[in-house]
Amino acid sequence: MSDSQAAVQNPAHAGGHSPALLHHFADEQQQRDSASLGMWIFLATEVMFFGGLFCAYLIYRLAYFGDFAAASQTLDWRLGGTNTIVLICSSLTVVFAVYAAQQGKRSMLLISLVLTLVFGFAFLGIKGVEYAEKFEKHHVPGASFQFDNVKVPGHADQIANPHHAEIYFALYFIMTGLHALHMIIGIGIFVWLFLMAWKGRLTPEYNTPLEIGGLYWHFVDIVWIYLFPLLYLIDLHK
Amino acid sequence: MAGNVDALYIFLLIVTGLMTLLVFTCVIYFAARYRKQKGVSAEQIEGSTPLEITWSVIPFFVFLAIFMWGAVVYFKGRTPPRDSTEVYVVAKQWMWKLEHAEGQREINELHVPAGKDVKLIMTSQDVIHSFFVPAFRMKQDVLPGRYTMAWFHATKPGRYHLFCAEYCGTQHSGMVGDIVVMEPSQYEAWMGGGSTGPLSASGEKIFAELGCATCHRSDTQGRGPNLQGLFGKPVQLEDGRTVNADENYVRESILDPQAKIVKGFKPVMPTFQGLVSEEQLNALVAYVKSLSNAGPAGAKTASAPQNNPATSKGTQVE
Amino acid sequence: MATPTGQPFERENYLNKHYGVGSWLLTTDHKRIALLYLISITFFFFIGGFFALLIRLELLTPAGDLVQADTYNKLFTMHGQVMVFFFLIPSIPAVLGNFLVPMMIGAKDLAFPRINLLSWYLYIIAGCMMLHCMLTGGVDTGWTFYTPFSTEYSNTKVIEAGLAIFVAGFSSILTGLNFIVTIHRMRAPGMTWSRLPLFIWAHYATSIIQILGTPVIAITLVLVVAERALHLGIFDPKLGGDPLLFQHLFWFYSHPAVYIMILPSMGVVSEVIACFARKRIFGYNFVAISSISIAVFGFLVWAHHMFVAGISVYAALIFSLLSYLVAVPSAVKVFNWTATLYKASIHYEAPMLYAFGFLGLFTIGGLTGLFLAALGINVHVTDTYFVVAHFHYIMVGGALMGYLGGMHFWWPKITGKLYPEGWARLAALIVFVGFNLTFFPQFVLGYLGMPRRYYDYSHMPEFQVLNVLSTAGATILGIGYLLPMMYFLWSMRYGKPAPDNPWNAAGLEWQTQSPPTTFNFEQEPVVTWEAYNYDEIDKAHPEEAHVVG
Repeated sequence: MSDSQAAVQNPAHAGGHSPALLHHFADEQQQRDSASLGMWIFLATEVMFFGGLFCAYLIYRLAYFGDFAAASQTLDWRLGGTNTIVLICSSLTVVFAVYAAQQGKRSMLLISLVLTLVFGFAFLGIKGVEYAEKFEKHHVPGASFQFDNVKVPGHADQIANPHHAEIYFALYFIMTGLHALHMIIGIGIFVWLFLMAWKGRLTPEYNTPLEIGGLYWHFVDIVWIYLFPLLYLIDLHK
Repeated sequence: MAGNVDALYIFLLIVTGLMTLLVFTCVIYFAARYRKQKGVSAEQIEGSTPLEITWSVIPFFVFLAIFMWGAVVYFKGRTPPRDSTEVYVVAKQWMWKLEHAEGQREINELHVPAGKDVKLIMTSQDVIHSFFVPAFRMKQDVLPGRYTMAWFHATKPGRYHLFCAEYCGTQHSGMVGDIVVMEPSQYEAWMGGGSTGPLSASGEKIFAELGCATCHRSDTQGRGPNLQGLFGKPVQLEDGRTVNADENYVRESILDPQAKIVKGFKPVMPTFQGLVSEEQLNALVAYVKSLSNAGPAGAKTASAPQNNPATSKGTQVE
Repeated sequence: MATPTGQPFERENYLNKHYGVGSWLLTTDHKRIALLYLISITFFFFIGGFFALLIRLELLTPAGDLVQADTYNKLFTMHGQVMVFFFLIPSIPAVLGNFLVPMMIGAKDLAFPRINLLSWYLYIIAGCMMLHCMLTGGVDTGWTFYTPFSTEYSNTKVIEAGLAIFVAGFSSILTGLNFIVTIHRMRAPGMTWSRLPLFIWAHYATSIIQILGTPVIAITLVLVVAERALHLGIFDPKLGGDPLLFQHLFWFYSHPAVYIMILPSMGVVSEVIACFARKRIFGYNFVAISSISIAVFGFLVWAHHMFVAGISVYAALIFSLLSYLVAVPSAVKVFNWTATLYKASIHYEAPMLYAFGFLGLFTIGGLTGLFLAALGINVHVTDTYFVVAHFHYIMVGGALMGYLGGMHFWWPKITGKLYPEGWARLAALIVFVGFNLTFFPQFVLGYLGMPRRYYDYSHMPEFQVLNVLSTAGATILGIGYLLPMMYFLWSMRYGKPAPDNPWNAAGLEWQTQSPPTTFNFEQEPVVTWEAYNYDEIDKAHPEEAHVVG
């Protein structure tokens, strides 16, 4: 990705080819294909990266289902649900942005990118509100963690084991924290894409950065689509 | 045990020796025979699918045979015989604490009779250790927070090395000891001295001190399940599962009572995590076990074989 | 086929095109980055080797007399971490792979040259973190970081070492990513998949593991660091965590990591054997596919490191069976290399001696793997010196022999200079003898029951003889490793200039000048021949003797 960006920023190019083409590629098609394959492979890495966490989560959730359900109930599913909708909308605006770039519709492109950024910030804002609440309630794992006398849903007389709840919150923070980190990186990418678009460098002929930046954004959304039910909706039906 | 492992080992030495010989002979012969010579150039050979299949399939079946033999040996090594002498092992940085079911306690030294099966019920107070007796070809990691099982059958009296085989910190190499195998008669004499009474008896005392008996009564009126005859039997749980009442189940029920609620009971038992030491826990487990042995005075089973229905495969390691 | 010969050192090439520190530290040329890696990993190799020497010296006598127990524990820990994460994993891929992958497929560079440079910087950052960790106290958990020792009980710099390896992991991921994209997208016209050198197939398989395995160890180390810093309970049984989960996650990467080390070495050996036997590799398709199947099956065998760790008997059975499956493609490779020698015309230059050494040591290493995969025997020999000997036969006997063989083979291409052949043959012999003397006694030690990671064996002095043999071997081995470094350095200044194709070898990398120009080829090559077309080469130039023969 950084190579294709560099390509655009480097005007001093000899030869008759497009300024966006790097020396070591034979043609633009090859460059585009390489960039997009590179992103797909990077996403495969990301899948395994989150995969390790999902694996740990599933094992403990199976072992300590009641405690996890009790801990999960302290999350506000409405905030999580809102965030899900926010992210789905942002993915839609990314699709619009790619379409606009391919069609050369400048104002639509710029608006879509701005909207994507707005949704991205909205997501982080809501996440921030949720995190703040965790700190207030001492639900952050560590020395000050408290989870006393919380009932296990569906078992009125059973008290959740605070140690197991702490594992839940540890995984909650690591998983959503890593996801938020990916969101922040994504926002950085989209700010840069917006600047490119503003300068008119995303054209119907050359929009690879937007295409692969979009791929990344969709991936981060999909991770959330899994995180939301796993973390927020445990045993909600009871 | 040692014999089984060694037989397989020798078999493998022969098989791999032959394979090595085959490869090395070919390499050395070809290397000498087809060294560069003037006017002779290499003959290009594309390859041969029948050959490839041959040297994939034949090794595969050889491997399969090794696998099966290895699995049989492993299975035996993991399955303690029914009426074995039991020894509780507590590992800690950096020593072995061993406690016979009959009550004798030892450190870094374990006396066992020759010709008897000895079952080890092991746990760790801190990090992961591994109980390794090379002479018996036996090794099992010892984990904190759960029991792992192992067993051996010593045949010849003598002293044998006991090692910790899982790296456990600064004095890992100092966590060594001896297994002293004695003639049964000598062993009886050794057992005669210094016992404070069987482990299950001290378990009974702890059971009373902690007030367990208030709920776990020997009739059906208690707030907790009746423990008489429980050990080794399947237990119906509240959530519909059935588990086998083995050492790990008893252990977990004491430390994390909410984890598995017996059908028909309420999750009212408090945890004893941090309130009982590993040694006390072992005594309690031994006591609960003794309640399942024939005769009302289950606790007095010092040297009698314990005929608890051997807690089949899954319990050995999980 | 041969390019016009001239005075190689006067021609413009990637080494003399630009001068100055900046031209190296900011280079995006895959060949220069390969050299940056070469210098960095050599540095770490000698650090790791120094630790190994101290370990062997301590074990010369049963009592713990040379260093303190704590120091010894740190030595073997850091020996493992440095050798695995900072030498073996980057060794062939980051040096030879970086240099050769684009050239072998007829590309001007890797697909993402800047990412390539970034991965070197990540490696350097990780290396500095590791060095800092070592200089300020080190770490004593064993390279395996087993919990709960690493998370709750060790008093050493676990967090720093964990983060260093975390960063090094991303360096490895980016290299793998670059290779996969390059191999897919940058092949020259006519360079079909079935014409790829086996070196490329091996690197493709390696990259798959780097891409899919490394992130798992990265996240596992994040969990270890978080657990140690905040006592979350994820791996702590006292808080309801499961220490075995760590082992599963750790070995999910760290078993395939062995293939990251050995597969590229197998690639090198395929090239070398083909060249010095003057033949196409026997069963090209099977050798290529076996690389991929090793990579795939390699992900399914991790729990064979845990047969006595407390997994269920049934899990153990499955993982044992799968471990035998992964042995088949390795065996297939050995048989194919052997068959390649049949009716060959074998030359005995140093790279070929290393390849022979590889064949011997890898065969022993692989076959002893059959012992370890057999459940009944594993119980006895796991965590003893048997395991130590086994994986050194694979990772040092296999991977390092291949690395050295490859370094000799491509040294004329990399530097444009010839190394002294006589010294090189001597070094190959010393390494082979020293290696066997060091590690063969350890198989015996292991079966006799000597546990690994033991600082003091005064409880069992009967093990001393074999330990003395092993230490003696290590001294010889040390000399064997120092020699190539010295004559390689010597040859850079005093070596004879190398022709473009000193071995008369097949492969696109030999069709360009030595050392190559920045973009490797004057014009994009078009491939019309199969890999290893040695019959055509030898027919075309029967008179061209080996310059170094």
